[in-house]
Amino acid sequence: MVFKGGRSMKVSLQDHVLVPKHEILKEEEVEELLKLLRVSKEQLPKIKASDPIVKEIGAKPGDVVKITRKSLTAGVSIFYRLVVE
Amino acid sequence: MYPKRISAIKFEVLSPQEMRRMSVAKLNNPETYDDDGFPVEGGLMDTRLGVIDPGLKCKTCGGKYGECPGHFGHIELAAPVIHVGYAKIIARLLSGTCRECGRILMKDDRRDKFIREIERLKALGQSYEDVLKEIFRITKAAKKCPHCGAEQLEIKFEKPTSFYEVIDPETKEEQKLTPKDVRERLEKIPNDDLPAFGLDPKSVRPEWFVLTVLPVPPVTVRPSIILETGQRSEDDLTHKLVDIIRINQRFLENRDTGAPQQILEDLWELLQYHITTYFDNEVSGIPPARHRSGRPLKTLAQRLKGKDGRFRGSLSGKRVNFSARTVISPDPCISICEVGVPEEVAKELSVPIFVTPNNLDFAREFLRRRESPKASYVIRPDGKRIRVIDSNREEIAEKLEPGWVVERELMDGDVVLFNRQPSLHRMSIMAHYVRVLPYKTFRLNPAVCPPYNADFDGDEMNLHVPQSLEAQAEAKILMAVQEHVLSPRFGGPIIGGIHDHITGLYLLTRGEKKFSKEEAMDFLRAVDLSEIPAKEEYTGKEIFSFILPKISIRFKAEICQGCAVCKEEKCENDAFVVIEDGKLLKGTIDEKAVGAFKGIVIDEIMRKFGAAVTRKFIDDMTKLAIRVITRLGFTIGIDDEDIPKEAVQQIEETISEAEKRAEELIKAYREGNLEPMPGRSVEETLEMRIMQELGKARDRAGKIAGRYLGMDNSAVIMAVSGARGSMLNLTQMAACIGQQSVRGERLTRGYAYTHRTTSHFKPMDLGAKAKGFVRSSYKSGLSPIEFFFHAAGGREGLVDTAVRTSQSGYLQRRMINALQDLKVEYDGTVREQTSGVIVQFKYGEDGVDPMKSFRGKALDVKRIVKEVMGVKE
Ligand SMILES: [Mg+2]
Ligand SMILES: [Zn+2]
Ligand SMILES: [Zn+2]
Ligand SMILES: [Zn+2]
Repeated sequence: MVFKGGRSMKVSLQDHVLVPKHEILKEEEVEELLKLLRVSKEQLPKIKASDPIVKEIGAKPGDVVKITRKSLTAGVSIFYRLVVE
Repeated sequence: MYPKRISAIKFEVLSPQEMRRMSVAKLNNPETYDDDGFPVEGGLMDTRLGVIDPGLKCKTCGGKYGECPGHFGHIELAAPVIHVGYAKIIARLLSGTCRECGRILMKDDRRDKFIREIERLKALGQSYEDVLKEIFRITKAAKKCPHCGAEQLEIKFEKPTSFYEVIDPETKEEQKLTPKDVRERLEKIPNDDLPAFGLDPKSVRPEWFVLTVLPVPPVTVRPSIILETGQRSEDDLTHKLVDIIRINQRFLENRDTGAPQQILEDLWELLQYHITTYFDNEVSGIPPARHRSGRPLKTLAQRLKGKDGRFRGSLSGKRVNFSARTVISPDPCISICEVGVPEEVAKELSVPIFVTPNNLDFAREFLRRRESPKASYVIRPDGKRIRVIDSNREEIAEKLEPGWVVERELMDGDVVLFNRQPSLHRMSIMAHYVRVLPYKTFRLNPAVCPPYNADFDGDEMNLHVPQSLEAQAEAKILMAVQEHVLSPRFGGPIIGGIHDHITGLYLLTRGEKKFSKEEAMDFLRAVDLSEIPAKEEYTGKEIFSFILPKISIRFKAEICQGCAVCKEEKCENDAFVVIEDGKLLKGTIDEKAVGAFKGIVIDEIMRKFGAAVTRKFIDDMTKLAIRVITRLGFTIGIDDEDIPKEAVQQIEETISEAEKRAEELIKAYREGNLEPMPGRSVEETLEMRIMQELGKARDRAGKIAGRYLGMDNSAVIMAVSGARGSMLNLTQMAACIGQQSVRGERLTRGYAYTHRTTSHFKPMDLGAKAKGFVRSSYKSGLSPIEFFFHAAGGREGLVDTAVRTSQSGYLQRRMINALQDLKVEYDGTVREQTSGVIVQFKYGEDGVDPMKSFRGKALDVKRIVKEVMGVKE
């Protein structure tokens, strides 16, 4: 956000209560995950590289993002998404 | 042979050359059969197109009826004709291309940009319809061709198949474009421009949208039928094709003899009409072609469209063998896992016995039997099917050996699938065990009505007989009724006591009623019990305890009045149920204990002892309840809602008082003294307060009535125990029906002019009576005006249900189509079946099967603690 005087303020999406935690998975972690699920990368759910949260954490197409959400049924639930163009 | 997998399907448009190539005969004779009844050469029943008469042979492949699949023919059209199905895209092409050079009315670089956009969207699998619309908008507006500079005229498309060119924009003078003109223009469009119109030049040329050749489907597609009179009746398609050939030939003759232009044009129009209706006889703008009887013809589009069309009627759903359908009726004497099957139905349906050395004698027995269940067919290993009749029984029984299949009639103990539409959840199809019974209806235990949502006012149900051993095993293990006592919808029982079951157990277990030995034996006669302690007298609670498995549980019954502090065991209303070790110590058994949807006791037994014990409990419970209620007697009549004079007096007073208070509110409003509630206007406040007052009045009237009706009243017993009806129903019958409403507001009519609901009131009357308050009861009867208001209020309910069912039905179909390929895998993930794409990493995020949850919660911590720590809290 840029204010009148040219001062800017960085707003972190991750700080918002409604945005769940997103983090980039390390190479080995991705390997392990794919092996556990017995899937190829393409069979994971997708997220666009242009998604604001993806830009914020700096994930690139091909990365896998781990999302930790609060869940009504399970308390905490973990989700993975492949970053695509 | 390995099954082949279809990797893709591509749709293209048939070219005239291809139509001729796939054709085996050129047809030009409008006659079908000659005087001897033989198909005419060059006619629509030409034997080169295949045969439908058992005696004839196909001239193309030599096959007899049943062997020859049929072959396409074709008609050479005397003049080109627009294909209705492509009329819209033709309009787009004509408006979008130059009338002189045929190029797209757009510069090349711009065109290429659009084409790239379309390619991009295509690759993403997204709709590019919007891009096409944009191109259409731009090209249509072009006044001059950017390529050759020719002036462009506006094209007008008149449904279904006519095109005009506006020659003079000033006078709006129009000139018709004949299909021939249209075809010539389409021919000029270069391949490179086609992608901009959403067409693939590799599979389509736009001039193919204007027909010069018409393919004629084989006779096997449009077989004629022989009526009882011996007359031949042709298929609707054949009729239509006869018309087409007739007009086509007439056009040719007239042109050759040099007939005037006008006549030719009329014939051309007629040919266009016949071909249009041949494709679709429900096109708007032209009258449908009719049969001689006046019935509209069923042509190509009508074969596919709609509920009975090819897709919904023959492919998504079709009639099946080994099934039966009839009216259902109740039978509380059979188990919930059984279904009563009429003898007639059982004789007709069959189950295969796959003969092995081990069951050879067993199978033979059915062959030798002369009464049901007997064998109806045998199938030899070579596939030959032999009907078993009395004269060949013994012979076949002798010959029978492993490898044969014996088809025997349905008998007791066979597993079948039972279904009632609408099949909205998995409990709509469950496996039952057959009980062959006399008479003509399917019989089912009333306790399984809730999952099917069935009643016996004429409902019909379907029955299917699984034929393979795998299917039978699957039905028994996965689909059996007892496996569906708990609903995956809310994690509680959906099968349980209803109506009389609840009343019966209420009568049995309420208070400390004593029953003699004889009575007790009579109650328990139908129940399968091995041992009962010898006593002279039994309490109702003891009798119920005999059928109860060893559970321990405490809860508030349905009849609980909701006292501020529950006295639990000491409840003077006997509304707190205490079961210890399978003994009912305190409390009354009612809907909360054994009812479908609520039944805590059923729930507890299911979780503790499993499906088989639960099934037995429900069977015993329903049998016991029915015997109790029949022996004790239970009835309601119209005088059950009679209340004494003083009660009527009190109710009158209560309502009059409320009406007076409403008047006071109105007076205050008129004088401007009414204080509006926060966030409301004065008018809204007035309405709300009046509704409140009148609502309170009805409740008070109900309380008074309830007091005088007393707990021994049959209707009250049903209402409080949850068997049927509510106290509100009783209030409306005995005391006061109350305010009628539409969309949650008091009835209102005529803001602009009349300012009153009916002419019986003064304009602007805001009083209770004038706006739909019904002070009468159903018992006392309604005044004509009240009756009118009641009808207005009742209508809303009817409209709502009609709208809701159609909407939810459509939603259901869309959900099924969207979710049908998802499956919960063994690792708990939810995946799409063909691509293996993961949808959820853990089913429902917590991986809990809702059926095995405790009323939606993953675990019932209280219960676990109780079990571990011992019964006492
Ligand atoms: Mg019904
Ligand atoms: Zn043939
Ligand atoms: Zn041009
Ligand atoms: Zn209580």
